[in-house]
Amino acid sequence: MTPKTIRTIPQERTPMPEQAPVERVRNFSEVALGYALGDARRESERCLMCNDPKCIAGCPVAVDIPGFIRKICAGDLRGAYDVLTGENLLPAVCGRVCPQEEQCEQVCTVGDSLAPVAVGRLERWLGDLAIEQGWANVPYREPNGYRAGIVGSGPAGIACAADLAKAGCEVIVYEAFQAPGGVLRYGIPEFRLPNSVIDAEINNLLKLGVKIECNTLVGRLFTIEQMLNELGFHAVFIGTGAGYPKFMGIPGESLNGVLSANELLTRCNLMQAGKFPQFDTPLHLGRRVAVIGAGNTAMDAMRVSLRLGAEKVYCVYRRSRAECPARAEELLHAEEEGVEFHWLTAPVEVLDDGRGNVRGLRNLRMELGEPDDSGRRRPVPVAGSEYEFAADMVVYAIGTNANPIIGQTSKLRLNKWGYIATDENLATSLAGVYAGGDIVTGAATVIQAMGAGRRAARSIKAYLGLVETDVVYRATPEMAERSFGVEPWAKNFARIRLAA
Amino acid sequence: MSRPRVPPAAPEGPSGVDGDRRGGNGLASQVGEAGQSSPTTPPEAEGAFEIVAREDFSDTTYLLEVRHARLAQAARPGQFVIVMTHAEGERVPLTIADYDRERGTITMVVQAVGKTTREMQRRCRVGARLFSLVGPMGQPTHLGTARKVACVGGGLGVAPVFPQVRAHKERGAYVIGIIGFRSRSLAFWEEKFRAHCDELILCTDDGSAGLKGLVTDGLQQALAAHPDLGEVIAIGPPVMMRACAGVTRARKVKTTVSLNPIMVDGTGMCGGCRVSVGGQMKFACVDGPDFDGHAVDFDELMRRQRRFAEDEQLATARWLEACRLAQAPEAARPAEGLAGAVGGSTAAGRGPGTA
Ligand SMILES: Cc1cc2nc3c(=O)[nH]c(=O)nc-3n(C[C@H](O)[C@H](O)[C@H](O)COP(=O)(O)OP(=O)(O)OC[C@H]3O[C@@H](n4cnc5c(N)ncnc54)[C@H](O)[C@@H]3O)c2cc1C
Ligand SMILES: Cc1cc2nc3c(=O)[nH]c(=O)nc-3n(C[C@H](O)[C@H](O)[C@H](O)COP(=O)(O)OP(=O)(O)OC[C@H]3O[C@@H](n4cnc5c(N)ncnc54)[C@H](O)[C@@H]3O)c2cc1C
Ligand code: SF4
Ligand code: FES
Repeated sequence: MTPKTIRTIPQERTPMPEQAPVERVRNFSEVALGYALGDARRESERCLMCNDPKCIAGCPVAVDIPGFIRKICAGDLRGAYDVLTGENLLPAVCGRVCPQEEQCEQVCTVGDSLAPVAVGRLERWLGDLAIEQGWANVPYREPNGYRAGIVGSGPAGIACAADLAKAGCEVIVYEAFQAPGGVLRYGIPEFRLPNSVIDAEINNLLKLGVKIECNTLVGRLFTIEQMLNELGFHAVFIGTGAGYPKFMGIPGESLNGVLSANELLTRCNLMQAGKFPQFDTPLHLGRRVAVIGAGNTAMDAMRVSLRLGAEKVYCVYRRSRAECPARAEELLHAEEEGVEFHWLTAPVEVLDDGRGNVRGLRNLRMELGEPDDSGRRRPVPVAGSEYEFAADMVVYAIGTNANPIIGQTSKLRLNKWGYIATDENLATSLAGVYAGGDIVTGAATVIQAMGAGRRAARSIKAYLGLVETDVVYRATPEMAERSFGVEPWAKNFARIRLAA
Repeated sequence: MSRPRVPPAAPEGPSGVDGDRRGGNGLASQVGEAGQSSPTTPPEAEGAFEIVAREDFSDTTYLLEVRHARLAQAARPGQFVIVMTHAEGERVPLTIADYDRERGTITMVVQAVGKTTREMQRRCRVGARLFSLVGPMGQPTHLGTARKVACVGGGLGVAPVFPQVRAHKERGAYVIGIIGFRSRSLAFWEEKFRAHCDELILCTDDGSAGLKGLVTDGLQQALAAHPDLGEVIAIGPPVMMRACAGVTRARKVKTTVSLNPIMVDGTGMCGGCRVSVGGQMKFACVDGPDFDGHAVDFDELMRRQRRFAEDEQLATARWLEACRLAQAPEAARPAEGLAGAVGGSTAAGRGPGTA
């Protein structure tokens, strides 16, 4: 292969085919349609295969990005999938929802002079291809007699379960809801992440022998301590997510028509309230919906409201567009779909129509002052700038606090915000119990949660005395030679799949 | 880093749930018994939660006993479950009205008020299975140390207050049961209460049985007779709980109420169940459902319970219409099981019979 240079590669980033805004605000089909083979091939050519690939360092789970792109270029698509899934079990999910512009794509060398390689789009394409082809990497596993219990089936729990299953543990995942997936299922809407994609990728988890038990509220049905002492688990991982939505404490929050984005999204995504009354869960969407906040959750709430037929959707955010924490693509899409943004605006009161329903929102304009702890410029109110607008539904998407159930029902040490306290190996204050994802860090991202799940799996393996097997997974014939030298007691040469 | 104390057993065979690793109370053996749903197996085809007994107290009130051994082990007074009858159904919170650890069952008493509870009334026959059953949810009641307690149940609240009666009795308190119904024909569990209470005051609105009057009249009577009453537990419709709290406020008798706002997940994730207690926002599903009756904002609770009134009416009307249309086939197959009906066709989610 002749070495590529920034001048010889395709200069333009391959565009993502999308549904037109006017079309898509009326349906729940995916907005981004995905690359075709030609698109993916062309985009792959844009990767320089850097000697010192910055993108890998930018990826929270260190996917070998040039490695899989090289295989795409070489036409070895299955090989590309194997490289990708060596680190990431959920490529079709992550390709869709990761904030790539802040991770791999932000540091991509090509990005220094051109638009960076569209790593996320390639990842999604490969993940979708695998689903279509029915690919899965199910290594030979030798049961090692250890049982691991996972609490919560969000990305953190899934990632931890997969790694432990590959290492030969018997793994059971407990989920409180009637369906697995965590935020992927109940939070992120169909037009961004179809349920069929979640099902397909979770299916790969089942192929690894992981059992998922839904309808199980850990803490209340049995405690973490009981899992260790009575249910026969040798190790436990807690990935219960952040949950517990925040409100602001302004007047009018208890009015009918005020709800959290979590409630709105759960009603729509998990319970299918959009199909009421065929499905029994109601939503009672307003005609004019004001969403407070501008993160991914807020964008999802706004775009779901539009699709369900809201006439007007407002976004109220106290900072400016530049500080908007949502994925760039989601913000762009929300703008295209007609959301009306009120930047630098803070709500001060939800207005009552006199019958206990929302009539509107009273706001204060803000301006940016000195930088605060987070380094972002702190919004300060502009005196005398109060104004109102009419709305009949107000949705809070200003973040979440720690879900209290595990804390209420176990002796685990929590930090001062109520999240589970862990050391750098994600070990909690109870021996054999590990935690990761949003329940440790507060609301973060899918890939960070997955990274935490994998890190915890590594710690659990060390705790159980299992050898680290990750390296073996992507073995070349030469590497396999070496890895067969694993200590026999470890019973853990399970994961070798010779690269083609 | 310390190693686990138990070395793993021989890896052969299905490991884990047998032999020496079994838990003291047999919990381990139940792993895997409860409901599973996975993307590969449509759970409605094998809804895991079997209804083992049913009793109809009146035209609108019925009791369901469901098998769930682990849940029966874990349940404590004051807790509730969330039920889905079928995959298209709503998540409906219901108080655990009784649990039998030996039989491995829990009991719920349901009042048919709207679409879902009416549909359950029709479909939840013995042998049918629920699509989803999760719990126990909520904080167990803090039983306290009061030597004399009054447990007040109004209408449907009679069932949920029963576990509290039994628990207070078991810890040695003197228990006065006060239960109220609109009329004798709606009364249930009188004997069950008599068996566990030191005193029982039965009230009916129309005087057809016991004291003529509301449970608040019964409560007044109990307070008069027992100046040393240490705690009142009141469960029922919000108006009734508010009235009870009103009665006890002047006398400063601790009054615990169990709130029932509209819920979705029951795990603290949605905030739909938020209530105001002493001016503070609480999520009833994780911070409650028991709260200090003197501090609860009942007006807000009642207003928030009407959040979906329009939609609920629509759903009920549609359901009744579907029932009317389906009357003939339904009559022909009265004992149709739930699982069969749901598995048979997705249309079953909307109509009472199979399509
Ligand atoms: C609307 C929305 C949109 C988002 N969009 C993006 C995005 O585009 N990109 C991105 O990277 N991130 C996004 N995020 C953030 C991301 O989804 C989360 O950071 C991530 O899902 C956290 O994963 P987790 O495994 O820690 O927890 P979760 O995904 O929250 O999963 C926790 C699971 O545990 C279950 N559970 C909780 N308590 C118990 C218990 N006691 N017993 C049993 N089960 C329990 C819950 O029901 C849940 O299923 C979004 C979040 C939201 C809410
Ligand atoms: C903690 C708790 C314990 C409960 N225990 C019992 C019980 O033991 N027996 C019993 O019969 N009922 C109980 N309820 C009330 C029961 O959940 C509702 O009657 C049921 O959801 C009504 O559904 P529906 O579709 O039949 O009626 P709908 O027509 O939908 O609603 C009728 C009324 O029920 C309330 N309701 C509707 N949906 C919900 C929901 N998702 N969550 C809570 N309330 C709702 C509304 O305020 C409404 O006014 C309890 C509620 C809570 C929160
Ligand atoms: S930094 Fe960009 S160009 Fe370099 S290897 Fe990674 S994706 Fe390719
Ligand atoms: S029911 Fe959702 S937070 Fe309580």
